[in-house]
Amino acid sequence: MGATMIEKLIRRNTGSETACAGDIVTVSVDRVMIHDIFIPFVAEKFREMGFTRVWDPDKIVLIYDHLVPASQLDDSRHHRIGDAFAAEQGLTHVHRSDGICHQLMTEAGYVRPGDVVFGTDSHTTTYGCVGAFSSGIGYTEMASILGTGTLWVRIPETIRVVVDGHLPPHVTSKDVILRLIGDLGADGASYCALEFAGSCVEELSVASRMTMANMAVEAGAKCALFVPDEKTAAYCRMELGEAERSLAADADAHYIRTVHYRAEDLVPVLACPSQVDKIRPVSELEGLPIDQVFLGSCTNGRLEDLMCAAEILKGGHVAPFVKLIVTPASRQVYLDALANGTMEILQRAGAIITHPGCGLCCGRTGGILTDGERVVATNNRNFLGRMGTNKVEIYLASPATAAASALAGKITQAR
Amino acid sequence: MAAETFTARIWVLGDDIDTDIIMPTEYLALKSVEDMRPYAFSPLRPELAGQIRPGDVIVAGKNFGCGSSREQAPEVLKALGVRAVIAGSFARIFFRNAINNGLLLIECPALRADVADGDEIAVEVGKAITCKGKTYPIAALSDNLLEIINAGGLVHAMRRRNGLE
Repeated sequence: MGATMIEKLIRRNTGSETACAGDIVTVSVDRVMIHDIFIPFVAEKFREMGFTRVWDPDKIVLIYDHLVPASQLDDSRHHRIGDAFAAEQGLTHVHRSDGICHQLMTEAGYVRPGDVVFGTDSHTTTYGCVGAFSSGIGYTEMASILGTGTLWVRIPETIRVVVDGHLPPHVTSKDVILRLIGDLGADGASYCALEFAGSCVEELSVASRMTMANMAVEAGAKCALFVPDEKTAAYCRMELGEAERSLAADADAHYIRTVHYRAEDLVPVLACPSQVDKIRPVSELEGLPIDQVFLGSCTNGRLEDLMCAAEILKGGHVAPFVKLIVTPASRQVYLDALANGTMEILQRAGAIITHPGCGLCCGRTGGILTDGERVVATNNRNFLGRMGTNKVEIYLASPATAAASALAGKITQAR
Repeated sequence: MAAETFTARIWVLGDDIDTDIIMPTEYLALKSVEDMRPYAFSPLRPELAGQIRPGDVIVAGKNFGCGSSREQAPEVLKALGVRAVIAGSFARIFFRNAINNGLLLIECPALRADVADGDEIAVEVGKAITCKGKTYPIAALSDNLLEIINAGGLVHAMRRRNGLE
């Protein structure tokens, strides 16, 4: 029987010719990402385990994003501990204010197709956008990787998701992934790999694929995978070789489930409070008044997302009582949006533009909300208390829906 | 470990108990897991952390521990003295984190519908749970996971590897 993409990727990593779903294997790790919230715990566990030197300083990326700039008195302690660990271990890949970890890992070229990557964050699934096996782990396991360069994994079964056709105007990859999460359920892909295919997926930019890979974990998936193509190669600034092309699944690979969508049937949707799989069409909730809109995060804080919102906001102004918070995913995104005039459009439309970082998505800074308030947000989680008190209603949406809602001051479908 | 038996008082929660509920991001940068203890489950049941006594067991529905990779979630449960979590199913990162911290997890989808806060259960690890006269079979953990748990968690497994234990 043929192999799925994750089976091929693991075989390449381990040298096994027969490894398949269900097997427990030890992989050699190509790159790891640690962010500022967890670096103190990783460093502590690393020492507790009796390690003194990391296995390969070049394979470790340290990114400060959740606590930048500090919003509470103890936050900068994490950065001091991170800096000390980096100095002690000779780590050179340290980003102190360049943006969100999941944006930087591919944007700065740390992840290539076929790599095996782990990060101390659940949205590490994002790097599947370039055809890497990447997944989130805790800080104890991260400490063990820093010492050994390896990790045990159970090769996941795969759910194949095929999207064919062309997306209608104002329907984005965010609507596709929200719809999928709604259909699978928040645990519908638990322990599984999601493999995306189809003519619609091929048409999507790498940035749009990132949105989908990012949210795969919201259906419980261990990883999401897109076959590397010419767009991937351009994004990664590399030539596409046989090694990359051969990662594509075999035609006779075994899937535990296949889900088909016709892109033309998809509509703008929202994830309603407080579950990511509580999906409803925007059209059914139109008119619901809102207090705030958040455009940003590792899910939807990229240039194409800001441009999509700017196109809708251009020449208009957000409703007087609505705060529109815009947080670019990285410094590079910020610079690109400045250079092409997007930032000016957003500013003139009344946006509050913040520094790149996790910002409001992790509920610590940059627009936290209080009892009875309602927010339309482009990030990945609407859990209870995620952006303030447990009486805040968070609706997850695409940048297009977010922008149209900001203009109207109520939930609105972009038209 | 495999033959271990114990009885416990239980607290019953719903489906999809996410790690933001178990330990909100707001408190993740507190200095120690001990400092975080009072805030466990605060978005959902602010009084619960104060009610849990060492040796208690959490019983929940499907997808327990979904959401972020924060290891403070299983750690704070350990700090509260939670003996085990019994759920319909577990989210994968939480599952690994709990095992790595030596927190016992048991999958048992049928139990929750039959029980309420304060009920007593008897657990025979790897075999069965008994509550109010009814018995629920449970599966044994796989060998590679038992190895980590038997070492007392991943830190100890690594210390052993490095010749320190």
